Amino acid sequence: MPVRIEKNKVLTTAYLSGEIDHHSSVFIREQIDECIAKLQPQELCLDFMSVSFMDSSGIGLVMGRYRLMNSFGGRVRVRGVSKQTMKVMKLAGIDLLAKIDCK
Amino acid sequence: MKANNEMRLTLESRSVNEGFARSAVSAFVAQLDPTVEEISDIKTAVSEAVTNCIVHAYKNSVDRIYIWVGIFPESVVKIRIRDRGCGIEDIKKAMAPLYTTLPDERAGLGFAVMQSFCDDIKVRSTEGKGTTVTLIKKINSR
Repeated sequence: MPVRIEKNKVLTTAYLSGEIDHHSSVFIREQIDECIAKLQPQELCLDFMSVSFMDSSGIGLVMGRYRLMNSFGGRVRVRGVSKQTMKVMKLAGIDLLAKIDCK
Repeated sequence: MKANNEMRLTLESRSVNEGFARSAVSAFVAQLDPTVEEISDIKTAVSEAVTNCIVHAYKNSVDRIYIWVGIFPESVVKIRIRDRGCGIEDIKKAMAPLYTTLPDERAGLGFAVMQSFCDDIKVRSTEGKGTTVTLIKKINSR
């Protein structure tokens, strides 16, 4: 499973794992959106601790979830980001949208 | 200039092949003893180029993606990723950061990632005929 979600109305955490690319992000996106649309948590945490690779599809993943959370006043936090993933995220300026914690 | 070593790979434009494409290219480049960061850079850039072939060039069909990798003197790697898809109408516009024709799912950063993770990138495209992206990166062997 590329994503495991811990549901909570205050803080919902999505544990991502493996390689995030255009192929895997479609499924991850669907799983997260289905959960947060229903639950509308105050905060969504995207946990990248077990992510071994990410390309710009991961940017779309974070930005899209940011927009969705924003639509009902929720926040997004990103954590466990590797050096490679951070490089991709910085390129997109995601560090300006969400709080990012590195590995 | 002739390459010291080269490889070719042809694969179908199915998204499940994205991981295989970047792994295969990085495994070939491994003979230059790159750093972990250099390998990540190459994997990421290749992933972007191959994804472009799948989501843009062949958006309504499954067709072939042609990858060639050449290793040149002084550890210079050239990676050519070619498709026979729809082509790009305006390359300059397509390469601009955040420009995308698929705003709901794509960030529009594919070319920006390729540019920033490689030393040089060349894009040639003919509408209706296809696109060739060449990525160039020097490996500073340890």
